[in-house]
Amino acid sequence: MQMPEPKASVLASRDALIARLRSVVAGEGVIASPQELLAYECDALTAYRQPPLAVVLPETTEEVSQVLRICHDMGVPVVPRGSGTSLAGGALPTADSVIVGVSRMTRTLDIDYADRTIRVQTGITNLSVTKTVESEGFFYAPDPSSQLACAIAGNIAMNSGGAHCLKYGVTTNNLLGVRMVLMNGDVIDIGGGHLEPSGYDLLGLICGSEGQLGICTEATLRILRAPEGARPILMGFDSNEIAGACVADIIRAGVIPVALEFMDKPAIKVCEAHAGAGYPLDVEAMLIIEVEGSETEIRDQLEKIKAIAANHNPSTIRESASAEESALIWLGRKSAFGAMGRIADYLCMDGTIPTGELPFVLQRMGEMSAEYGLDVANIFHAGDGNLHPLILFDANKPGDLEKAEEFGGDILKLCVEVGGCLTGEHGVGVEKRDLMDHQFDPVDLEQQMAVKDVFDPRWLLNPAKVFPLSASARRLEAAA
Amino acid sequence: MSAFHTPSDERSVSEAVRAAKAAGLPLEISGGTSRAGLGCPVQAEATLSTRGLDGIELYEPGALCLVVKAGTPLKTVEEVLGAENQRLPFEPMDHRALFGAPDAEPTIGGIVACGVSGPRRIQAGACRDSLIGVRFVNGSGEVVKNGGRVMKNVTGYDLVKLMCGSYGTLGVLTELSFKLVPQPEDEATICVAGLGDATAVEALSAALASPFDVSGAAHVPGDADGDSTRTLIRVEGFAASVAYRADRLRELLGAFGESAIMGADDSRAIWRAVRDCEFFCASDRAVWRISVRPSHGPEVVASLKDAVDAAAYYDWGGGLVWLAVADEGDAGAAAIRAATARFGGHATLVRAASATRLRVDVFEPEPAAIAGLTRGIKSSFDPAGILNPGRMGH
Repeated sequence: MQMPEPKASVLASRDALIARLRSVVAGEGVIASPQELLAYECDALTAYRQPPLAVVLPETTEEVSQVLRICHDMGVPVVPRGSGTSLAGGALPTADSVIVGVSRMTRTLDIDYADRTIRVQTGITNLSVTKTVESEGFFYAPDPSSQLACAIAGNIAMNSGGAHCLKYGVTTNNLLGVRMVLMNGDVIDIGGGHLEPSGYDLLGLICGSEGQLGICTEATLRILRAPEGARPILMGFDSNEIAGACVADIIRAGVIPVALEFMDKPAIKVCEAHAGAGYPLDVEAMLIIEVEGSETEIRDQLEKIKAIAANHNPSTIRESASAEESALIWLGRKSAFGAMGRIADYLCMDGTIPTGELPFVLQRMGEMSAEYGLDVANIFHAGDGNLHPLILFDANKPGDLEKAEEFGGDILKLCVEVGGCLTGEHGVGVEKRDLMDHQFDPVDLEQQMAVKDVFDPRWLLNPAKVFPLSASARRLEAAA
Repeated sequence: MSAFHTPSDERSVSEAVRAAKAAGLPLEISGGTSRAGLGCPVQAEATLSTRGLDGIELYEPGALCLVVKAGTPLKTVEEVLGAENQRLPFEPMDHRALFGAPDAEPTIGGIVACGVSGPRRIQAGACRDSLIGVRFVNGSGEVVKNGGRVMKNVTGYDLVKLMCGSYGTLGVLTELSFKLVPQPEDEATICVAGLGDATAVEALSAALASPFDVSGAAHVPGDADGDSTRTLIRVEGFAASVAYRADRLRELLGAFGESAIMGADDSRAIWRAVRDCEFFCASDRAVWRISVRPSHGPEVVASLKDAVDAAAYYDWGGGLVWLAVADEGDAGAAAIRAATARFGGHATLVRAASATRLRVDVFEPEPAAIAGLTRGIKSSFDPAGILNPGRMGH
């Protein structure tokens, strides 16, 4: 992964910089020893590593503001970090950067059940938000697989999704307001407890901007009352194509399940070996479909779904009979990545395709798998087209990682060719940065970069992410 | 004599904008003209209409996806989706009655440009939440795309959101992609009569905090003067589910008073009235739209009592206040903006005489740091300032 040459002037001013940072954030809040910095050399995309110059962990918005002002003064790049769970290298440092992490900002500031909102500091984990309100029967809807660890700050930066977003939307649909620190240290408030933006929808712009426009320190989130109940059903099919057709028919019939997950044969095999969830091993494709509501509503919806599925001759239909069984069915799905990790190293891709293209894309992927000599397993949010191919490789085998990356790139290009996109919920980060010109024309990228110019004219925030280096080079030179 | 361009394709839009930029002549961007009264009056030599950009580009019911040219009438979109029992999720308001423009033909592009949503916004999201892709021509005449036709997409910055509700000041929309929902089999509305504003919003809040998936929550005046107020709660879905949830909600709301159930036809009619601000259409008063934290809605209205003679009704569980005041002086702007300053949120002057709209800030004035970003964004899309200059007041 090519990263920009570290700025010599910044490296030379390291000691002065750290002294200034320590004047703002006391004690262990500034990390500068080479050994401790290793903990921050990468995020969940562990293939790329680079320790930063320093790490700062402020406790207040005011401290974040002062830290950014110092870095702005001294021309030091800043890499924002939530919990470091990005699969796209969204928090990968450069050698001349300061990481500003929000991990010590985890307070809940306000809960309002009448208005169905919660205001938090953004270092709080995604799951903690739900834990905070579940005693009153509420939950926070976006549920990325990493929800135990990932921070709301990162969810906002990457506009994170999850398995249940078919019904409830992704982060941007559940975010009502932010307090954000701009690179020059200015603190701005956008949105709040009300629903409609005033003026341009800056909140919508900031969400998913990968930490390149500012650092969000507080967020107002929409919380929802949990449904009365929920139940998954498992269905196995003779081919990927038939399973895909069944998904389309369910949606056309007006049934929108809360989750609609697809697994192909290799994925089923690995997950079943790991979780023992009772997944059928003799099918080519499997759907996990979850519906919500009262007991009667759940039964009605499942009857409708089963009637539709019957037209596609499912070889297995299994409705969960208990809470334990439901948990097991989901455990298999949610532990897919962990299970895969036990049998091989893998790259997790994240493209989206128009749902009708699924059979073609899976067929092409199978052909590419044979060409590259690398296995691939597919997990797919079938209702919304978000595909997660897991490419298996051997990190100890020279050249295998590079081959897997090339295969991954080809899959994402295929997603774009059939009318989809490079990333559905993980973000571009460094991982897909150099593929951006497959999806966008230069003028499209130029318009996006012009927006960054407004928020961060010197291009100091989260350098070398999102845009191909060649596209941003002119701006970096101008700012130097 | 002002020029009127009606380009029939994207390339011609681009050429018209390039020519306008070269000549330094501002363009008023127009669609079906039903929302021409929204925002501030635009001073421009020429008009560029999107009405020539008409047609469905792609519709995949099984993928809940529609791609449509910006000048396509909403009517066409609704017909096409209706044939497959689908619809746009966000229930856009029809402004024709409020603006007295019965002959105008609302376009899908106008809805997006003005970021128009309706009562279902509390459950299904706003226009910006359903919009998944745009193509537009920026102020330099360049054709830009963002988002796409898939509903889960975080590739690059989300300019889709920025375009929605930017009133044609950042670009001329040419093509739009939406995520759709199925039309429900049935709907019903629970109506509690005679509640005061504060109690009504408590009742709406209780309904919205229930697991019964409420898709409309409003508090409106009675049918005629002197009739008691109506507090309305809507559920939609499969018939059996609607019946079940309506019953449970009536139980839940028992503490607030007797309730009645309105069947599908009455329910549709009353929500059309809520959506289109029918309660204020007949008068010639100025109409404001105030977006606040739901529980603050009644307090905002109460705080205005001494300053202005206002009629109010509430949508979005109390979080959207529609206010009618006399269209004279500042049309209540000073008092209303004092309330939004105190309670948070913001107020937009939706309908008033041109003279009033020139005199008062139609949109909530922005703090300096935000105003700086707004100006920067505007000039990064439209460096010469030729697209709808002044429409958003800056």
